[in-house]
Amino acid sequence: MAINWFKYSAPSTFYALAGKLIPFVAIAAAILFALGLYIGFFVAPVDAVQGEAYRIIFIHVPASIISMVLYLVMAGYAALGLIFNTRLSSMMASAIAPTGALFAFISLWTGALWGKPMWGAWWVWDARLTSELILLFLYFGFIALHASIDDARRADKAAALLAIVGSVNVPIIYFSVKWWNTLHQGSTIKFTGSTMHIAMQQGMFITLAACWLYAISITLLRVRSIILERERNTQWVSELSEVKA
Amino acid sequence: MNQLSIGNLLLLVIRRDLLLAMRRRADVLTILVFFVMVVSLFPLGVGPEMSMLRKMAPGVLWVAALLASMLSLGRLFSADYLDGTLEQMMLNPQSLAVLVLGKMVAHWLVSGLPLVLVAPMLGLQFDMSPPALGVLMLGLLLGTPILSMLGAIGAALTLGLRGGGVLLSLLVLPLCIPVLIFGTGAVEAVASGLSVVSNLSLIAALLMMCLVFTPWVTAQALRISLE
Repeated sequence: MAINWFKYSAPSTFYALAGKLIPFVAIAAAILFALGLYIGFFVAPVDAVQGEAYRIIFIHVPASIISMVLYLVMAGYAALGLIFNTRLSSMMASAIAPTGALFAFISLWTGALWGKPMWGAWWVWDARLTSELILLFLYFGFIALHASIDDARRADKAAALLAIVGSVNVPIIYFSVKWWNTLHQGSTIKFTGSTMHIAMQQGMFITLAACWLYAISITLLRVRSIILERERNTQWVSELSEVKA
Repeated sequence: MNQLSIGNLLLLVIRRDLLLAMRRRADVLTILVFFVMVVSLFPLGVGPEMSMLRKMAPGVLWVAALLASMLSLGRLFSADYLDGTLEQMMLNPQSLAVLVLGKMVAHWLVSGLPLVLVAPMLGLQFDMSPPALGVLMLGLLLGTPILSMLGAIGAALTLGLRGGGVLLSLLVLPLCIPVLIFGTGAVEAVASGLSVVSNLSLIAALLMMCLVFTPWVTAQALRISLE
């Protein structure tokens, strides 16, 4: 039997698939969030060095990881859209961008909240903080470029090219910032405590999974809106039950 | 029709753009004045204490150069775009990337090189030492072409858009951060008696990389903007 690998690359079929997936993913995200935060706040022991303040890692670390990986995922989808001229890939890229920016922002915000009791300052020009900030700027650039071009197809392609250039630049920026900081001074405080307690690890991995599922469900939700907006003049959209109602 | 060699084509584009720039000298001077003015504002803002000014001089000069080059990027393709020349260039059977490279070189000669030449004078106002001035110039000499080349990508992507200027800065400035870091790093290395080779080599490496990739990427961006 021949499998049609490209069945779900058509916006019309993907729209329906995404609609079916969203409830499962969203519910799983909610359950894992509740579980992960419960472990984080009630089960995981108090850290020997950092006291209670360390508990922010259950949000901070997943947000940072996801904000970085999402940029690459976004650039990947954008590149697919540019190379194969598939509409859905470009729509996915523009659906991912706001979520990526949100996680970058959460990562910076929670980092500042953690930094105040730990380092005694809301912000230090640490290499990782700075590169996260630059990542947020890169997301803003992508979103702003996409928003300022009226023709959707041109916007997709231009933003895709920017995302690809950005993703080539990300490692260069990361290392330049790292070397820049070590030239000035080393990190003020490092995570030098002994190996992490098992409950801390569990809590962090569970919230990481929860954040992933959240990112996926929100992206699917957003891509559905984008599909509807872009395909509003097509036959299949006018036949949808939610559009008719 | 006889085909031009790549070198001749490159020279032709550079010569044309330089000629056009010379016909509108005010544009070139405006950028230079902007650069001088921004740098001069810093002592007024942070106070005239020499030891502090000496310390921040490389950063101030580099950031001002970055902003000045952003200012001139909007004009890189827009005049040719508005009068239709750019479309003719794209119909050209020869590689668009070569044409783009020519425009980048011309842009650097007009807006980057003058900054490099003026920088030592401004550095003196900040009481920089002669060796530091030399390294600053060398860094700018290697770094400002990168700004022109990365900026060209942004200029091509934002061609003909409303609010293009601000958007252009938003797109390009984050990409320029490594140049800024290595450029100021080299000057600070001189000040603290370290070797400047690593920082300058890294800028040179970035320059080589940009030289290979950015003309091609910019050509793609122009095709997207004009299709």
